[in-house]
Amino acid sequence: MNFSLNRHRNIIDFSLSSLLRRKMKNFSLLAVYTLIVFVIASLLFFVHALKREAALLLADAPDMVVQRLMAGRHELIPDSYAGKIRTIPGVRTVTPRLWGYYYDPVFGANYTLIVPPTPTVEPGSILVGAEVSRNQRVRVGEMVAFRTSDHIPLLLTVKGIYPSASNLVAADLIVMASEDFQAMFNLPKAHATDLAVTVANPRELSTVAAKIVEAFPDARPILKSEMLRTYDSIFDWRGGMMVVILSAAVLSFVIFAWDKATGLSAEERREIGILKSIGWETADVLYLKFWEGIVISLSAFLLGGLLAYGHVFFFSASLFEHALKGWAVLYPKFKLVPTIDGYNLAVLFFLTVLPYTTATIVPAWLAATADPDAAMRS
Amino acid sequence: MIELSQVSKSFNVGKSNQFTAVEDISLTIEAGQLTIFKGPSGSGKTTLLSLIGCMSRPTSGRIGLRGIRTAFLPAEASQEGFDISSLPERFLTEIRRSTFGFIFQQFNLVRGISALENVMLPAYPTTEIHAAFQARARELLRLFGLSRHAASRVEWLSGGELQRVAIARALINDPAVIIADEPTAHLDSKLSREFMEIVATFKAQGKTVLIASHDPIAYDSHLADRVVEMRDGRIIPGGQQP
Repeated sequence: MNFSLNRHRNIIDFSLSSLLRRKMKNFSLLAVYTLIVFVIASLLFFVHALKREAALLLADAPDMVVQRLMAGRHELIPDSYAGKIRTIPGVRTVTPRLWGYYYDPVFGANYTLIVPPTPTVEPGSILVGAEVSRNQRVRVGEMVAFRTSDHIPLLLTVKGIYPSASNLVAADLIVMASEDFQAMFNLPKAHATDLAVTVANPRELSTVAAKIVEAFPDARPILKSEMLRTYDSIFDWRGGMMVVILSAAVLSFVIFAWDKATGLSAEERREIGILKSIGWETADVLYLKFWEGIVISLSAFLLGGLLAYGHVFFFSASLFEHALKGWAVLYPKFKLVPTIDGYNLAVLFFLTVLPYTTATIVPAWLAATADPDAAMRS
Repeated sequence: MIELSQVSKSFNVGKSNQFTAVEDISLTIEAGQLTIFKGPSGSGKTTLLSLIGCMSRPTSGRIGLRGIRTAFLPAEASQEGFDISSLPERFLTEIRRSTFGFIFQQFNLVRGISALENVMLPAYPTTEIHAAFQARARELLRLFGLSRHAASRVEWLSGGELQRVAIARALINDPAVIIADEPTAHLDSKLSREFMEIVATFKAQGKTVLIASHDPIAYDSHLADRVVEMRDGRIIPGGQQP
């Protein structure tokens, strides 16, 4: 066992010497290879981490959200709907919610306005996200001027600012009292944006949803699983778009690496002939080429993976954030919780290390099966 | 002892360009002797050496080794002798690695790596630990006066130094038989004589030496136990027996 290990160690030793002979060529190949792995791994890590964050956020979301549709558009829902839905068997709670968006023409930013289900702020006061505070240049105790839908100024006092750690969800957030919200948008009384519904048994969700639609034909129940799927699709789509954009670069590299790996130079063929003539078996030559391929591809995989990890989780994917985070005036500045999907990593490994190593071995195998006496005649 | 019995080697068999490089050669080469194959280019010397050195198989005939140690056979079996012409490829490779040491006309050193690594090349695919054969390679380079060139790339060495590296490489696995194909072809007279002095040390160590050469410094050497003259793939009867 140990003897066999010695043989492999010896061949690995020689393969490293062999690689160092063509330093420039191999280091430039390693650099490009690492860059490609870095880009793809960054996308995979970022999309996976965002999807995980979305899943964690939605873990606290209601089991179902009921909206009202009019002419296919989202419409305010009367509070009376809540009372009737509460009577459906299996429904635990029904909470009318008030939320919406406000465009500030002075600062050119969109804010998300929310009224918490239990009163958190008094009328005339607001809580704001860190990016809103930065954008409006306001601190706690200062006043912010809004414009209602009737173009009447509405002055609200900042009572608190959410910490930057909550930026992923609270960057553009303004929390206010229901009275201020209704005044701001001139909303009719006893109406909500939508209803948050929880049920006692998650298996009954679809039955409850069907009963809601039966009772209110203009209602549209949205299940939590549907929201999660939508988020996943959005992030997958963004990641996919980036891959498509980068595919030209990736393809160029594949052609370059394939050409390098599959084509043996006359010098390499001569060397294989020499090795065979002095007692290397065909298998030994293949081990040599295998290790050469593994050293390049595995190094690129590990280096690219580590760089991508640092880029995504320590530098917030600064190179791709505009493409991946979507459009916004108030870009949330946040750090993702490090998380890696083993499946993604395995796919990346099989797409980078295996093809290159195989492409290295096959031509070497063709050359190594030549008669060793060719070296005598060279 | 190496025994050749009616050995022939043809290339491109069955095609219009078929030719026979070695034809019906029967020969016995005693162990521990220096045998020189003499003849013009194309006389079949190199082909014959490649057949004896297990680099290719004869088209017909048999080649046997007797009393020459091999790594994969016990000592008694090696004494009794065995036919190498029908062995599977991996055994032929093992014989090439452990029983024969080759010195090629073009030296066949690997460019880009050091002289030391070139000497160690035949030992890499063995189960021996790296430090052991590296120490042996250094010792061989020291014996040939090349210690200061151990770390030098081979493309920086002179012709004579290259040949001494090639000789050191042939000796790294302590082979019983040394095969040299036109070893003095690229050397001047002084270096050719130095090579023959090295051959004298091989003989003194009891190694069997086979040399293919058309250089008088080699085939007229007093060291030669036997000179086999070849032409057109055949042995010319009445070869010199000094």
